Order: sequence, then C-alpha cells, then structure tokens
Amino acid sequence: MALKIVKGSIDRMFDKNLQDLVRGIRNHKEDEAKYISTCIDEIKQELKQDNIAVKANAVCKLTYLQMLGYDVSWAAFNIVEVMSSSKFTYKRIGYLAASQCFHEGTDVIMLTTNQIRKDLSSPNQYDTGVALTGLSCFVTPDLARDLANDIMTLMSHTKPYIRKKAVLIMYKVFLKYPESLRPAFPRLKEKLEDPDPGVQSAAVNVICELARRNPKNYLSLAPLFFKLMTSSTNNWVLIKIIKLFGALTPLEPRLGKKLIEPLTNLIHSTSAMSLLYECVNTVIAVLISLSSGMPNHSASIQLCVQKLRILIEDSDQNLKYLGLLAMSKILKTHPKSVQSHKDLILQCLDDKDESIRLRALDLLYGMVSKKNLMEIVKKLMLHVDKAEGTTYRDELLTKIIDICSQSNYQYITNFEWYISILVELTRLEGTRHGHLIASQMLDVAIRVKAIRAFAVAQMAMLLDNAHLLTGNMQRNGICEVLYAAAWICGEFSEHLEDPNQTLEAMLRPKVATLPGHIQAVYVQNAAKLFATVLRKHEGATDSQAAQETSQLLVERLPLFVQSANLEVQERASCILQLVKYIQKLQQKDVEVAEEVSALFAGELNPVAPKAQKKVPVPEGLDLDAWINEPPSESESEDEKPKAVFAKEETKHSRPRHTEVDEKELARRREARKQEQANNPFYIKSSPSSQKVYQDAPGVEHIPVVQIDLSVPLKVPGMPMSDQYLKLEEERRQKEKAEKKKKEKKKKREKHGKGKKHDSGPESEEDITPAHHVDIVTEEMPENALPSDDDDKDPNDPHKALDIDLDNLLSGTNCRPLADTEKLPVRTHRSEPLKSPGEDGDVESVPQEPKKRSSKEKKEKKKDKDKDRKKSKEEKKKKKKHKHDAEDEPAELPAEEPVKSEETNEVATPPTSTSAEEVAAPAPAPAPAPETSLAAAPDSEADEPKDAEPEEVKCSKHKKKKQKKEKEKEEKKEKKKKRHHHHHHHSDGGEDSVQNGTMEEEEPLPPMSNYCLLAENSYIKMVYDIQGNLQDGSQVVVSVIFENKSDSFLKSMEFNVLDSLNSKLQRPEGAGPHDGLVVPFQLPPGVSNEARFIFSVQSIVMPQKLKGTLTFIVKSEDSSTHEKLDFKLHFTCTSYLITTPCYSDAYAKLLESGDLKSSSLRLEGVNMPFHHLLARICFHHHFSVVERIDSCASMYSRSIQGHHVCLLVKTADQTVSIDAKCDEPSLLGNVLDEIKQTFSQC
Amino acid sequence: MIKAILIFNNHGKPRLSKFYEHYSEDTEQQIIRETFHLVSKRDENVCNFLEGGMLIDGSDNKLIYRHYATLYFVFCVDSSESELGILDLIQVFVETLDKCFENVCELDLIFHVDKVHNILAEMVMGGMVLETNMNEIITQVDAQNKMEKSEAGIAGAPARAVSAVKNMNLPEMPKNINIGDISIKVPNLPSFK
Repeated sequence: MALKIVKGSIDRMFDKNLQDLVRGIRNHKEDEAKYISTCIDEIKQELKQDNIAVKANAVCKLTYLQMLGYDVSWAAFNIVEVMSSSKFTYKRIGYLAASQCFHEGTDVIMLTTNQIRKDLSSPNQYDTGVALTGLSCFVTPDLARDLANDIMTLMSHTKPYIRKKAVLIMYKVFLKYPESLRPAFPRLKEKLEDPDPGVQSAAVNVICELARRNPKNYLSLAPLFFKLMTSSTNNWVLIKIIKLFGALTPLEPRLGKKLIEPLTNLIHSTSAMSLLYECVNTVIAVLISLSSGMPNHSASIQLCVQKLRILIEDSDQNLKYLGLLAMSKILKTHPKSVQSHKDLILQCLDDKDESIRLRALDLLYGMVSKKNLMEIVKKLMLHVDKAEGTTYRDELLTKIIDICSQSNYQYITNFEWYISILVELTRLEGTRHGHLIASQMLDVAIRVKAIRAFAVAQMAMLLDNAHLLTGNMQRNGICEVLYAAAWICGEFSEHLEDPNQTLEAMLRPKVATLPGHIQAVYVQNAAKLFATVLRKHEGATDSQAAQETSQLLVERLPLFVQSANLEVQERASCILQLVKYIQKLQQKDVEVAEEVSALFAGELNPVAPKAQKKVPVPEGLDLDAWINEPPSESESEDEKPKAVFAKEETKHSRPRHTEVDEKELARRREARKQEQANNPFYIKSSPSSQKVYQDAPGVEHIPVVQIDLSVPLKVPGMPMSDQYLKLEEERRQKEKAEKKKKEKKKKREKHGKGKKHDSGPESEEDITPAHHVDIVTEEMPENALPSDDDDKDPNDPHKALDIDLDNLLSGTNCRPLADTEKLPVRTHRSEPLKSPGEDGDVESVPQEPKKRSSKEKKEKKKDKDKDRKKSKEEKKKKKKHKHDAEDEPAELPAEEPVKSEETNEVATPPTSTSAEEVAAPAPAPAPAPETSLAAAPDSEADEPKDAEPEEVKCSKHKKKKQKKEKEKEEKKEKKKKRHHHHHHHSDGGEDSVQNGTMEEEEPLPPMSNYCLLAENSYIKMVYDIQGNLQDGSQVVVSVIFENKSDSFLKSMEFNVLDSLNSKLQRPEGAGPHDGLVVPFQLPPGVSNEARFIFSVQSIVMPQKLKGTLTFIVKSEDSSTHEKLDFKLHFTCTSYLITTPCYSDAYAKLLESGDLKSSSLRLEGVNMPFHHLLARICFHHHFSVVERIDSCASMYSRSIQGHHVCLLVKTADQTVSIDAKCDEPSLLGNVLDEIKQTFSQC
Repeated sequence: MIKAILIFNNHGKPRLSKFYEHYSEDTEQQIIRETFHLVSKRDENVCNFLEGGMLIDGSDNKLIYRHYATLYFVFCVDSSESELGILDLIQVFVETLDKCFENVCELDLIFHVDKVHNILAEMVMGGMVLETNMNEIITQVDAQNKMEKSEAGIAGAPARAVSAVKNMNLPEMPKNINIGDISIKVPNLPSFK
C-alpha cells in the first residue's frame, strides 16, 4: 500500500507542475501558442491516468491556461472528478477550476449536486468552506433548489467561518431560486445579531443587496439597522448600513428625519474618509426625500456642502472626484447651495484628470442661469479648443448643447448667440455629434420664429463654405449639419438675402459626395429655393434672370438623377421634369411662380417626439385583439418582412401634392376637414385644444411678443459668439441703467416716502431676453399626460426577489409559511404521492396563470367599460373557484409573487367614476333628468342568482349581504380573500373602492356615497353628487327614491329653490321656479333613481339648497297629495372628480410651487390604512398616486381644474394629512369634510 | 457587488482574473485587454475611479484600481459598493499577499496564481466581501495550507525534493530574472479602519 503511494508520487515527479508550465511558457516567448498546445496534449494524457494526484495537477495547469484565454470546458468532467477527491488539496484545486470555468450551460454541473451536498456536511470545516466558495461562483437554479435547505442548515453551524460563508451564499441562492427567500428570511434576519462580527457583516451585506433592488420590502428592518448603526464599530458594516438607509429614505421620510442626527454626529466624529463620504451621501439622500416642506435642514445641507468642498479641495484626486459626484446630487434639490461654489467647480474644469473634468461638467449643467450661461459656455468653448482627445471634446460638445437646450432653452436670452455657438461648433474636426448640432439648429430655427432670418443667413454661409466641413467625409460626422442648413435655407427661403447664390451653392458638383440622405434634402430644398427665386424675379418682372435659374437647375440636376441613392434619384428626376416643364412655360411668358410656390406652401408645426406614443387608445379598441384569425405558426414563418427601401426618414419633408386639379384638391380638402372635425383624436390647432394641454402641470407657456431690435440682427462675416457676450453685457448695463432711471423717477415722484434702497446685485428676474421669442411648444395629443414610462428591465433577476417579507415576521396579518413553501429536502422520491383528494386542486392549478394574466392586463388598461363585464365574470369564476379551493394551501405560494405585483399596481389610476357612469351598462345613458329612466340598480347584474321578483329584492339583497359579511369574517381567519362587495346603491362606486385598496388585503366594510336627503312614512330619498367631467360648471345629483308605503306613488315633482351660485337646470321654456317631473312612478317597495343637473358658479365653498318633493299617494280607495322638504348639501368634495395622476406628473405639480398647503390631523382612527385610503378615495373622489407602507400620496381634480394633492401618513391611530391645492378655501373645506367623514366612523 | 477582479502587469499580461459573472474565454480576454488600455493610459496622480468604456455591463458599474510597482489591481464593482471602501479592500488584499508571500513581488503572482486565488477566496466570495480583517484572512489561509502539507505527508516528500532539484538545475529561476524594483511597496493608508 505504502509502496503504491510512493510509486505514484515518483511517477508524478517527472510530470510538469504549474510552476514548470509557467516557466516553460516564459521560455517560449516566440512560439508560445505552439508550446501551450503541446502542453495541452500532455495534460490530456495526464487526465487519462487513474492517479488522482496526476489529474489534480493537470487540472491545476488547466486553470492557469484558462486565465490565458484557453477554453478548457472539455475537461469539465475531469474537474468534477478532482472535486470529488477525498483529499482537501485536490478538492480545492477542483473547486477552484470549477469556479473559474463552470457556468449555467455546463452540463456536468448536475453531476455535482450530491458531491457538493456531501462536502457541505463534511466534518472538516475547510471542505465545507471550499465547497461554498466554489458554489458561490457556479450556482445554477437547479443547484440552488436542491441545496438551499443544506445551506440554510449551515447558517446555524457552530463555526462562524462556515456561518458567514453560508449567509453570504444565500444571496446567490435567492437570485437563482427566488422561492427560497421567504423560508430563509427569518434565519437571515436572526444572523444580523450574530455574536460573530464576520457573520453579522455577511448578513448585513446580503440584506443590503436584497434591499437595494426592492427597498420597500425591507422597510420594517429599519429599526434593527438603526440599532446596528449606532452600536457597530465595523466601518464596513457601517458603510453598508448607511448605504442601505440611503435607499430606504426615499420611501419613508420619517426615517430620514431620525437619521439626520446620528449621521451628522458620525460626520463630525469619524476619521475614515470612506465612512464620512457615505454619511454625506446618505444625508443628501435624506435631504432630497425631505425636500418638500422641510426648510429647516439648511444646517445639514450647509454641513454637507462644506465637507464636500473640503473633499474637492483635497490634493487626493479620489476625494476630489467623489466630492464632485456627491455635489451633483445636492445640486438637484438645492442648487443654490452649490452655486456658491461655482469658482471651485470651474477650477476643476482645468484639472489634468479627465474623470474629474467630466464630473465638473456634469455639475455645470445644473449651475447655469440666465445670467451666467454665456460666460460658462464661453469657458467651455475655450476648453473645446484646447481639448486633445476626441472623446473629451465630444463630451464637451454634448454638454454645451445640453446646457443650452435644457428645460426648453430656459436660460438662453439671446438666440443669435446660440446659433453662432452652434455654427462655431461645426468647425470641430472629427466629432461624432454632427447630428446633434443639426437637430439643435433645426429645432431652434423652427421653434424660435424671431431667429429665422438670422439663422437662414448663417446657414447660407455654412452651405457656401461646405467644403470646409466636408474635408474628409468618411469619418466626419459633421457634414450632418449641412442637412439642417439645407433644410433651413429651403424652408425659410423668404428670409434669404441672395437665394440665387445659395441655390448655386446647393447644386455644386461636390455635393454629390455627401451621404445620400443629405443629398436628398439638398435636392428637395433646391426646389424650394427655386420657387422663391422665381417669385422674386417675377415680382420684379425679370424674366431673363428667372430663366437663367431654370437653366441652372436643368444643367445641374442630372448629376443627382444619376445618384446611386434611390431617394436622391427619385426626387431629382421628379424635380428635373418639373423644372423642364416650367422652363417651357417660361419661354411662353407664362407666370408660374404662384403655382410653383404653392407646392411648398404652409407652415410646419413642431411635434413632440413622444406625441405619437401619447395618443390615447380609443375607447373600445383592443390593440392586442386579433383582427383576423391568428395565423398558424408555420404560416407566420413564411411571411418575412419585405425589404424596406430608403430607411432614412426625412422627417421634415412634406407630403408632395401631385394632384394639380384644383377642384379635386378642394373637394378632398373639404372631405378631410370634415373627417378631422369628427375625429376627436385629430390634433386640431384651435386655441381650445391647446389650452387643454397647457393646463397640464409642468408646461410653461412663453408669450409671443414682438422682436425687440436692441441688438443688430446682422453680424458681418462668420459669427463670433464672443461678440454677443460683450453686446449682451452692454445691453444688460443699459437696461439696468434704464431701470435705475425709472426707479429714480419713481423715487422722485414719491419723494421722501420710500426708503433708500440699493438696487443690489443683479437678480435672475432682472435679465430680460434680448429677443422676446415664441418658443413654440411641441404638439401633443389632447389627453396625453406628461410622463416618463420607465419600464424596468423584465429580465432583471432581482425582479423575482420582490417578495413581501413583512407578513412573515410578525404583526396582525402574519402569513405563516405554507407547506409548499418549505425548501425542498432530499428524499428518496421527490415526487409526493398523490392522494385522490388532491386531484381536485391539481386540476384547478392550471387555470391560475390564465386568469391572472387577464387580470393583470385589466389593471393596466384603463379600458374600463369592457373590463367591467369581464371582471364581473372573473369574479364570479374566482368566487366559485375559491369555494372549491377553500382549504387548499397549495394555491397560496403560487399566488405570492403576483400579490406583490398587485400592490405595485395600486398606483395605476382608475378612470374617473363619472366617465364610468356613462360607459356603465346602467340604464341611465345620459345625465339628464328626462332620460334618466333608471330601472333597478345595476348591481343586480352581478348576481345572476338573484332572479327573484323585484319587490322583495332590495330587502332580501341586504340580508344576504349581511350574511355574506359574516361569512367573510370567518374566512378571514383562514386566509385572505379577494374581496368584492355589492352595495345596491353604489352605482359605479365599486371601482373607486378597489382603486384605493389592496385588493388582497382584508375585506372592506361596505361603503356608499349616498346619504339621506329626506324621509317620511311614504318615501325615502338618498342622493349623491358627482362632478361633470365635460362641463366645468355642472354637477349631477343622483337621487334614489324608495317607496316605503303600500301605496302607489306617482306624479312626483322635484323642485329646488335656486341660489345665486347654484341653479337647477330646467328644460327650456320652464320658469325659474318650476319643478321637474320625476320621470317614473313607484309601485310599493320599489326604488328608482333620477338624475338632476345643477349648474354652479363657485366651487370653493360648500352650500345648501332647499327644495321640496311633491307627489301623489294613490292607494286602492284614495289618493292624497303629499309634500316632503329637503336640504341638498353640496359639499366641496362633490366638485372633485377622481382623476388619475402619474407619480412623475404629481411630483412636478408639487414642485411647481403654485400650490398652497394646509394640513390636518386625525386622532384615534383605528382602521387599517388601506381602509382609510379607500374611504378617502371613495367618499372624496381621490385616487392613490403612490402608496408606500403607511404613507400615500393622493390626487384629485375639481371640475374647474383645481389640483388637490394629499399626502396621507399614519402612525398608531393618528393620521396626518398634508394637503396642497391651488385654491386654499377649497382645500380647507375638503379637509373639513374628510375630517367629518372620519369622525363619523 | 464586485463583478470582477483583475490583476495584470504594466504590459497587460494577466496575472489573475476572477469574474463573478460568466463570460466566454474570448470575452474575458477582451475585457482584460480593454481594461488594461483604459487604466494604463492614466497618469499616476489622477483619481482611481473610471466610468464607462467598460465591456462589463456599463451603466451602474465602475472600475476602481490601484497601481503597485509593476502590477495593476482592478476591481469592477456596481454602485452598492463604497468606492473608498474598495480602495481599502485592494490595500488589504495587497497587504495580505505581502504577508503570505513575504515581500510579495510580481513573480510570486506569476508562479503561484493558485495561492493568490485561495487568499482571494477568503476575502471575496461570489462577488461579495467576506472578510476584511487581515489577521483573520491569514489565519484561515495558513490553516488550510497546513492541512495541505499534512495531507502530502510522506507521499509529498519526494515530489518536493524533485521540485527543489528542478529549481536548482534551472538557471532561469525567479531570483535570476531580477526585474529590479519589482517588490510591491505597500504604503500605509490610514483612511480606513
């Protein structure tokens, strides 16, 4: 035995080991590849031997070769062999090789499961350690599933060395096998308080990684982390925790307030720069999350900025870089505090380190103002000239353009200057951003009307000097600007000084070397220029010159007709023929200019880039539905996309009018107009439609004013932007002087009254733009809301880890782990035996995904009216299904991830209830009293079982409902259910309830907005008021009349005493005091609904209207005339309309600063938060914008367009509501009403 | 998360590569080459952070590197890592190497890349920082080496002898290829701990 071992190692002596291999490679510098290939052959031989030591040696060498870029996957099986050696030495070599070259695609991995399991449970801690380390690199979903339980056991190992590795690897397991997160989480949380600091650190590490991706699920751990932060002395752990808090604070502002103090202390006390920096970073995050309405944190901001300045001034480049990075975060919310350090940042632009210069550039972006824009850009232009690397220069170029064009050219006071800057930038050699410059030129020229003359002059100059730009075209992106130049000259040719010359420049033979799409624009715009030239000459009756121009075109265009580019060829030949025809006409002395210019008549409006996407989907149109029968799989493969011709889309080319027949044209135009008028989605240019858009938050409107010619419009020669700087300064001086004069005048007038005040430094508002310009807003569809759709990457593995963990831990709605959620444990047979009773649920499972997908779709789409029916059906189905599956926990885990998704989707806004009323299948098609022949409440439709006679329905229905409630209470203990309820009054209210709630949470108590109007022994009236979406001055009052008597009620007449502010709308011809006839009669026990429209003037105050209902009671033997008085209470809430709002639009709205704020505190509210939200949504017509745990933002809009925003927070029975609205008295009243709602319950 | 750890010398020769996400061998070499180009053209006295231009993902990731004598130590990390923390981690790594190899130089890394991997495995596991305490790391590494030695036992003796003989006979042993000041100087950085 011993002999054999010795013999084995003697064999081994003469094999190459790793050192020999390395040495050999170093000795064969010339023929390295050849040498290595012989080595690989040797290794192959060694791997064939039985001796494990030889194999391990070979694998070790392979690992080295892998680093050099050789594929060693062919040896995967041998690696597994070495891994399974009983000796630690070889095992380690095997695991190292595996960790370097195994991945999910390696098929032998599945052979390793048992070996790894064996190693994990090895008595030797280093065997376990090596296995864990290796596994962390190549874990696959299968391995994760099979080994999760073993690893979880190791988390409680006696040795901290194993514990920390096991804890750390859990993160990888979660990623590959998300189902393991819930069962493993309690133990992971336990490890946060492990006695060993290494284990603790590992647990913090894992939770931080998890929380970074899905922070909201980990908010409940905040107190624990807070404790750790104040107790731990390990800087690594502290940094991780502080970073984690940075991710959590945006979700929970209260946490931020608590953090400020300990963080400030740390900033003052720590000597570790890394910790200091992270503290500053998190304080910034806190300040950002608090930025709304917490002004007294200026000390903290000051501290941060101060510390950052120290970092930036440090000689250590790393600190400088990080300081700038953090500074840019502050800049977003507190630009003022950063702007005072402008000197420092400009200084950094001169730094030799490119990374630092780039960071400084980022900062500059946010620091510009009207006052300093020109100065900063001038500085940047200097850097452009100095810059050596093209990357940095390109970066500078894009930054200049970004800075200038930001927020709709907000900071540009002089567009001539900007055009000159753009023209100067075209002189950059070898830049890739020609396209960017071109689009800026186009944008400015189109949208700033006042600048066109100047722009055209500059562009003509560019075209004339095109040879300078196109030096070597192949790698020169700058020729893109010629595209813009040609188009601008053509489109606005009326501003051209000398169109003839420009035309000539555009038809030079050199043009034919330009890229095709640019040539196409050249040709098209040459035609436009031609039209202008013709008109000019014909106006001056200079037929000779006009004919010369035609001749020029006829001579030059054939060059383009021969172009290889299809687009150029087509346009050129078309225009050439046209010109030839015109030439003929000219020779006959026919006036053609009118007709030719008619080809290009009309103004083009800029359209927002997102406009197309924002066109709302018309009601009832399902874009996902098949129009025809879906083709079979095989068919679709045959249908390959046809080749597309010129892909380059010339955005600005107008449709060509090929039709000459005037009559036909006119007819078509008329037809189109008709069509457009009827099409609600056509973007009309009428002022009313524009107003709708401008009402939307965040869109500034810049008034149109005449050009103020204080600056000469023409600058001879190529423009120098510097000139403008001087001119601008002079202009400002002048203005200032004038202002002072005026002030003095005023003072003189007032004489002695006013205090002597210094005009002080120039403030932002003092600077008036040189040109008052109309920056044309880009067109958008009427109903589009400004929003960014930032869809998360669906492939992100972290998405699967978005699992609610709170209910695992404690609390009232604790949901224990279901049996199926337990981690798979190794058994002899992994397939559980099926009992016959389980067959039922197996059957039910496949239904799940189908149903779910349609449900999700439903929530995303706002296509409600269609959904209503669908959802009802679903509910029915679901309900039935639930009854079947009542006691089957198997259904729970599958539902889990979806639930959290649903939670997210609560933020998706519902459609307004009133719109729904119209769309609902309720038999009240229009909100007019005459037509509101409402039959039975439509909730009956939900319950097909309730096919009882009408008379008994109401009462019975109620009883049934109560019974159901009880049942639900019982079920609640078993498990939560998707709740739905019907209230036989709540017409359309149902959806608004769902809107505010997590559907999966506890059932809501029934709610109704209908409140009692009046009641006597014969009749009961309940009513609800809804704003009218279509008309800003109308509200609809729905009244349900219920006959309580045994007699027949008829000839009901509804009348209200109008006030100045509110009037009942009566049919034409009726007197102001006439009552309205209720359009139905009531048999005994029956109720019915009628609607009345009121017009209101002011909606900021609640008010009451007195009224009477008169009716005739007809019993078998007698009939009496009865009367019932009532008071209609118009609350401010009733003027609000549930309106969806996206969170970013909401944020913009809050930032705008136009809103007045107010707040409200409610004590002793002990209802679940989602009930609370649901109540606000339902009773006060709000919609939830965003909900994060016990904090939610809500939005509503009044019929007259006031925005009402609420921030609702709750903490142990106290609810605080911070509200903002542009109408303070409306807001006050709404808040009062909310308060009242909650005082009642 | 740490996405990758690379060590290469002033000429771009890889001395250690550890990717915590899978790439093909070709891509790995490309990443090493590109990273070398990015890092090597930077001056000594510029900051140690690099953004963009990286094959590894892009957006969130950052390169953090340190240059010691002839070697570059480059970590590619995402935003969950503290930049200064990683710089300190590199420092800990190099100091640990220095302790384990006794005055570490490039040649140690060239001939004992497996040992370097073993040391690294005690610091970073699957892209997450496992241990930052140098003494703890060294204790664990030593314990494992001791185990390896005891396993080799008698059987290992002849192999060791042969290896020693080989080294004696071959003139190009590390000592002879003296590349001057190759030893990695470990400056003291007080910023952390």
